Amino acid sequence: MPIKSYILHCEYQNKNILLNELQKLTNCEVIPAQNHEVIVVVTDTDSEETDTELYNQLLEMKGLKHLSLVSGFDAK
Amino acid sequence: MVQTNVDRRSFIKKMAAAAAMTTAATMFPGIIFASEQVKNLNNAGNLDWKKGPCRFCGVGCGILVGVESGNAVAVKGDPNCSVNKGLLCVKGYHQTMCIQAKDRLTHALVKKNGSYVKTPINEALDLVASKMKQTIEDHGKDSVAMYTSGQSTIPEGYVASKLMKGAIGTNNLDCNARLCMASAVTGFLTTFGADEPMGCYEDIDHADYFITWGNNMAEMHPVLFSRMLEQKNNRGAKIIDFATRTTRTSMASNKSILFEPQTDLAVANAICYEIINNGWVNKSFVEKHCNFSKGITNIGYGLEDKFKFTDKPEKISFEEYKKFLKDYTPEKVAKYSKVSVKDIKYLANIYGDPNKKVVSYWCMGMNQHTRGTWINNLVYNIHLLTGKISQPGNGPFSLTGQPSACGTAREVGTFTHKLPHGVVMNKKDREMAARIWKVPVENIPSKPTYHATEMFRAVDRGDIKFIWTQVTNPLVSLPKTSRYRPAMEKDSCFVVVSDVFPTPTSDVADVILPAAWHIEKAGMYGNSERRTQQWDKMVEGPGDTMPDAWMTIEVAKRMGYGDLFPYSEENHAEEIYNEYRQFHEGAKHGMAPLEVLKKESGVIWPYVDGKSTQWRFNSEYDPACTNGEDFHFYGKPDGKAVIWQRPFEPAPEMPDQEYPFWLNTGRVIEHWHTGSMTRRIPVLHKAMPNAYVELHPEDAIKFGIRNGEQVKVTSRRGSCTLPASINERGLPTKGQVFVPFFDESLLINDVTLDAFCPISKEPDYKKCAVKIEKV
Repeated sequence: MPIKSYILHCEYQNKNILLNELQKLTNCEVIPAQNHEVIVVVTDTDSEETDTELYNQLLEMKGLKHLSLVSGFDAK
Repeated sequence: MVQTNVDRRSFIKKMAAAAAMTTAATMFPGIIFASEQVKNLNNAGNLDWKKGPCRFCGVGCGILVGVESGNAVAVKGDPNCSVNKGLLCVKGYHQTMCIQAKDRLTHALVKKNGSYVKTPINEALDLVASKMKQTIEDHGKDSVAMYTSGQSTIPEGYVASKLMKGAIGTNNLDCNARLCMASAVTGFLTTFGADEPMGCYEDIDHADYFITWGNNMAEMHPVLFSRMLEQKNNRGAKIIDFATRTTRTSMASNKSILFEPQTDLAVANAICYEIINNGWVNKSFVEKHCNFSKGITNIGYGLEDKFKFTDKPEKISFEEYKKFLKDYTPEKVAKYSKVSVKDIKYLANIYGDPNKKVVSYWCMGMNQHTRGTWINNLVYNIHLLTGKISQPGNGPFSLTGQPSACGTAREVGTFTHKLPHGVVMNKKDREMAARIWKVPVENIPSKPTYHATEMFRAVDRGDIKFIWTQVTNPLVSLPKTSRYRPAMEKDSCFVVVSDVFPTPTSDVADVILPAAWHIEKAGMYGNSERRTQQWDKMVEGPGDTMPDAWMTIEVAKRMGYGDLFPYSEENHAEEIYNEYRQFHEGAKHGMAPLEVLKKESGVIWPYVDGKSTQWRFNSEYDPACTNGEDFHFYGKPDGKAVIWQRPFEPAPEMPDQEYPFWLNTGRVIEHWHTGSMTRRIPVLHKAMPNAYVELHPEDAIKFGIRNGEQVKVTSRRGSCTLPASINERGLPTKGQVFVPFFDESLLINDVTLDAFCPISKEPDYKKCAVKIEKV
């Protein structure tokens, strides 16, 4: 049951587009920065497979420039 | 069990979020996740979060104090405050820890037969009132004095002014802000006819260049500096540090330019020379909005008691000014300023480029200067010649050191010459004060008396026989304390000290009154950007502690002035603010009503029709502009700012054969001023436990001094022995030493000189001559 946190770097002036995309996901906590094109995302999934699927969804999102994993926990 | 798992999972998610936000903060200094911060605050146990301003500097960061069971248990930056956007510095985060110090003053102490005796507060206040009254009866009203602070709240400063000037009828009121920004005031008044910066912190978001004039913002205004760094990293804005010593600010800047102490006057003139010589003058702006003037030169240094000076301004032409500047070509100035011709031209180029926005920042380096008013004028000259003023990202900006140096000292007016509106010398201003205070206008004397340094000289001479200090520690912070400590110990003066902790000043008091700390009372401060910040009482103070304003009111009542102070103990801060606000009604200085202050994390004045004025004198933003032009410097009768012809003049005491080093003094990030509060915060005290003397490595080698070894610093006034610091926090130029003044056990102000700017009367703590010896 992985919990992971990521820093999402948005394409220039595309933070709102990316935020709209993220809001469609159910197993993500989204924390946007007020003053940078950066969003913190915390994912909470029930299996490795769902986690991988979600990660791939994040990678495909509109407005995303770069994604970096910060921390990962296997919380049972 | 399920609940435990959910809690654990929730905890891990918070950890994951915190890790990501912390990582983001290292990548993007100053990054704000306001929604998350606020959410966490609301969810943090049973804490009741109360808003207020930070206690420790003039930036005016918004804080949220977490209160639990009547105790202040946590401090966070207020994410909704536009000043700091949730950030705080190391002092800010730990500030409330000092109030639990074991040696907190909780009861009044009265000196009897050489020992302090714990005394009920009402009895101590009876004694203070009777002594003050008796002294006036025996020696006249000018034999009593009050010395207050840029850390006093607005209500505290207001009732002190009302008591001294309105009720007793003496102008013997001055404050420690005289030691830190009086030159900024006289600079503003002589150039613009109106005090305080025309811009605001939002300038940081627009400027292309930040020039710091003798201003170590990285340590003294760290939150603002972090906002500048953010612009440097994100937009490529540039920071140029112009200073006499390499500091953390220099190290973080794009370029550091070092100059010989006092020669900032010459370099500023050289920049103006270059601007004119290269045709970079904004002619239309200067023709429409500026006059040229000169004043008296060779104006002295105030070293003698009862020193008097009055400037005699005389209008001059642009051509005369241009001719004057021929003595300040970069080539001539480079010879004695130790700034290269290339660097002078580099600075001039920045200011002269019409496509670059420039903000100049300064604080003590320019203000604590025997020509403090002049150097303020000269930096304004640069901005006026180029028209880079009163616009987003363009302007000169004098920062203050104390949380209410602007709000209380300058706006309420706790200087000898000031009234809440205007000055004692002006009949209309006296009439306004008399009307609002409900006193006969004859009560308010028309002549200023003692500025800070002269006030303590008067104590030494025996002219002042009763002095009451509030929220300040002059026997650590005055220059040349080697004279003023014995002066305050004399039997000829009855000394009352109101403070939160024992200090070297309370050590010489006849009566010590226990003061409530910042969050133990309601109040208002005013920060560097004209922002008035209100807070409610958050926790109870211990024992008999009392807000300083209420002490003043209680003494006033006992002296028979009760009718003038009809405030309630519970709501006196609000009642006083509402009375005070009347002084500033109108578009030029209107202050926000109390209900707005209560809602907001500070409001900038002039507050007109429900809106703050961010850039004064610019008709696009400032409703007080009425001349139909783009700019209106309405502080002057003709609506024009003054470009001043001010020469370079040397410091009163310079290194010589006997005393071959410059002594520069200042602050460190960990401590607030004289350290009476921050040295009682364990984490700050451990981080910076004692003062030290910084030396240039070559000077250290020459004297055989290694890091940590004891060095005796001696001037013609006194000595101080401190551990050496070489290549650590800061790096003075060769032939200069630096000592911070926060440490009451290592009193560097025994060594400093009490010379001051003849116009502002602000002492120069940055330049005197000393010798050093390895002990």
